Amino acid sequence: MRRDYEKEKKDMVVVEGSYAVASAVKACRPNVISAYPITPQTHIVEELSQFIADGEIPNCEYVMVESEFSALSALVGSSAAGARSYSATTSQGLELMHEVLFNVSGMRLPVVMTIANRAVSAPINIWNDQQDSISQRDTGWIQLYAEDTQEISDMTAQAFKIGEDPDILLPVMTCMDGFILSHVYEPVVLLDDDLVAEYLPPFEPELKLDPKNPKTFGAFADPNSYTEFRYLQQQAMDKALKKIEDAADEFYDLFGRYYGGLIDTYETDDADIILMAMGSIVGTIKDVVDKLRAKGVKVGLLKVRSFRPFPVEAIHNVIKDAKVVVALDKNISIGLNEGALFTETKATLYNTKIDVPVIGFMIGQGGRDIPVETIENIVDEAKKVIDSGITVESQFTDLKEELL
Amino acid sequence: MKSLLAPGHRGCAGCCDAMAAKFTLMAAGEDCIVVSPTGCLEVMTTPYPESSWEIPWIHSLFENNAAVASGIEAALKAKGEMGKTKVIAMGGDGATLDIGMRSVSGAFERGHDFTFVCIDNEAYMNTGVQRSGATPFAASTTTSPAGEVSFGNIRPKKNMPAIMAAHGSPYVATTSIGYPKDMIRKVKTALDVEGPTYVHSHAPCTTGWGFDTSKTVEIAKLAVETCLWPLYEMEDGEITKVKKVKNPKPVEDYLKMQRRFKHLFTKEGGDEMVKKIQALADENIEKFGLQ
Repeated sequence: MRRDYEKEKKDMVVVEGSYAVASAVKACRPNVISAYPITPQTHIVEELSQFIADGEIPNCEYVMVESEFSALSALVGSSAAGARSYSATTSQGLELMHEVLFNVSGMRLPVVMTIANRAVSAPINIWNDQQDSISQRDTGWIQLYAEDTQEISDMTAQAFKIGEDPDILLPVMTCMDGFILSHVYEPVVLLDDDLVAEYLPPFEPELKLDPKNPKTFGAFADPNSYTEFRYLQQQAMDKALKKIEDAADEFYDLFGRYYGGLIDTYETDDADIILMAMGSIVGTIKDVVDKLRAKGVKVGLLKVRSFRPFPVEAIHNVIKDAKVVVALDKNISIGLNEGALFTETKATLYNTKIDVPVIGFMIGQGGRDIPVETIENIVDEAKKVIDSGITVESQFTDLKEELL
Repeated sequence: MKSLLAPGHRGCAGCCDAMAAKFTLMAAGEDCIVVSPTGCLEVMTTPYPESSWEIPWIHSLFENNAAVASGIEAALKAKGEMGKTKVIAMGGDGATLDIGMRSVSGAFERGHDFTFVCIDNEAYMNTGVQRSGATPFAASTTTSPAGEVSFGNIRPKKNMPAIMAAHGSPYVATTSIGYPKDMIRKVKTALDVEGPTYVHSHAPCTTGWGFDTSKTVEIAKLAVETCLWPLYEMEDGEITKVKKVKNPKPVEDYLKMQRRFKHLFTKEGGDEMVKKIQALADENIEKFGLQ
């Protein structure tokens, strides 16, 4: 993370995370917004509604649909017609969009959507974990995860820049932890309209629904051509690896704020123990790293910003010399007893010469608090792996035995 | 009028969808954008890398063409391109009355300026003739088959035009591919009226209904001539125009030509069912003042 807080102070305002996102969307000059309200995404769409009501987003239509399914469907049409298109959702809403998610990426429509991460039913639960977006892993969307409200705000502009790049043309999910980031008030520098205009050129796709140059979108592809569509999507994801880094670097040059490209690192250079995580929990982990470093424990943090495309090389470079790697996941693949970050990291090491043990912990399900002590206990478990090898590969933490 | 649906598509001989699409585009002209959901029309006109559409066209999903059309309309508005370019959502009865119902309802309630054309061939034809909410009384389909104890689909058709009128649509019309001039005029009227407008076109399917490929238009006309498919227009929820049927033909003339109603003439008790169908036609004559 590279930031000059002293310089930023004069521009900081204390706003809710959702407001910061809505304000960032406004600065990105969308042409069509379509959304259906769902907790904890609601404040984002309410703020955007107010901006529209006050005439603060020119040349923009807000389609107030009857469901999340239609919210994203409307953006299929608007994006294909050449409009910069935005939505926000979470949890059940995102699950309802599942079929449309494939459609958006398959037609290479660079829609941007903020996910206020929330647990999925049943049991019904409105609090934060990341099961919702992780469940959409294979839908062909770029997935970025933010650490704090400043990052999710700035990531919004980066997302449009990445997705709309003519070499990429992929939809982007920017993920923020529900409530923890969406409903927290903290000092933020809101995106400056003029700087965003400089950073983010207008969306002008080469191909769109245009009567002057008629094209067919979403054609029927038989076994002769379907594979090649998928291959090209994968190729675009490969190209996005560099584009995500470039977008972060260019953002830093203009705005002076940087949170990492594909990943970010904290005290990892000489670390024996590296904790990997995504989202707001990395803030807590940084505190734990500071505390343990003061006691001489060689621990560091690898923050994963981009989950899709998965930054294999960047991760390998950071963890290759560690003695143990711990992946923390706010999600689970039921039936495998592993979280996604753990499974993917472990999988990328097979067939390589990097020989580092990796263990996983599934934490914070359904909004359960993750106190510093929990992270410290996890580090203690990691120490045991260094001394005596892996005994349990992946496990839940803080289970309440009395409820089982 | 130029046909903007290129020949060489993969529709069956005598395909109702091809006619419906052709007539719709004749009404719209070149300056339009068409959305079609999953169905025969999409599959037969767009096998990649070919396309029969000489206008911009997009397929999304089975259940969301009205929502996609909403987004296109919003994009045109936002970019100041609305007004001349017409937005059309064109889908089958499954994508309209059943799985697409919420999407159509939402788009009409929001008042988007577009026209929805339902091509009603009265079953899910693309997947092999399964029952839909538009399948008529006593028709045999693969999921509502006639059998030892069944006369096929025993529910009446969902009254979609009434539902769309109830949404406050300024213009709702029924038409039939058997009457091209009527269909072209009604689609054109719908496109010219501002707001969400709806045209429901009856569309006999040679494969699904079981009749000779040369008989599509004849069967379509018989549905109107027997008063089983009344042609009318509604403005702001009121019926304003009705096509009169001078000497209505008995429903047998229509039913006997189709395999899907064959059981009514071979199975014991079939004559009672035919009487019930005749009663539906008589009800239409009364209700719509067809004579």
